[in-house]
Amino acid sequence: MSFVDYAIYGAFGAVSLAQLLAMVRLILGPHTADRILALDTMTVNAIGLIVMLGISQGTQIYFEAALIVAMLGFVSTVAYCRFVLRGDIIE
Amino acid sequence: MTPETVTLILDIAITISLVVGAVFTLVGSFGLLKLDDAMKRLHAPTKASTLGVGALLLASILGAFARDEPSLQEALIMAFLFVTAPISAQFICKVNLHRRSCMTPPEPSSDSTWATLDTADAGDAPAQHLTPEKG
Repeated sequence: MSFVDYAIYGAFGAVSLAQLLAMVRLILGPHTADRILALDTMTVNAIGLIVMLGISQGTQIYFEAALIVAMLGFVSTVAYCRFVLRGDIIE
Repeated sequence: MTPETVTLILDIAITISLVVGAVFTLVGSFGLLKLDDAMKRLHAPTKASTLGVGALLLASILGAFARDEPSLQEALIMAFLFVTAPISAQFICKVNLHRRSCMTPPEPSSDSTWATLDTADAGDAPAQHLTPEKG
């Protein structure tokens, strides 16, 4: 087991911990904007987890999944914010 | 350089990128949990986590080069994230301003010599323009 594997496992642990911290903010979050921000952060962390899975398995097949999660995360964040701001998503 | 040296350099670069990315992602989420104000909370994930995931994607690109199947397709995700993270941050900012849960910025000062939309001192000049002509 080379030092790259240790780095991958450490990064898995750190990003998973980051995901848990963002989830705590998602549950605590006093207001809607904090929950939207926590969901956005969790999406970004999920992209990191998917990419690290691809590194550890040595394949490229997780690229599309990460790209789709990135796009859906952005669109869902904007949709939530539009709903809070305007009361409607597509006017 | 021998191939072993290239592999070692790539492995070291992958390790550095992974460690930097993991630390920045963790710091971003920790700041999201720790900071006490809604607008302060916006800083941590939008900057630190974006940089962290960018470093993880860089590690993935380097890993593809180390496996002798070079591709730059992760740069697509990187570019997309770097473009869209400020947009979503600004939307969340607008939600905070809309809820008035933060300090609102001061009103812009009005100046009669500048604003073309300020019709307070313009008199009847635009109205004359809008009246239909007779005949």
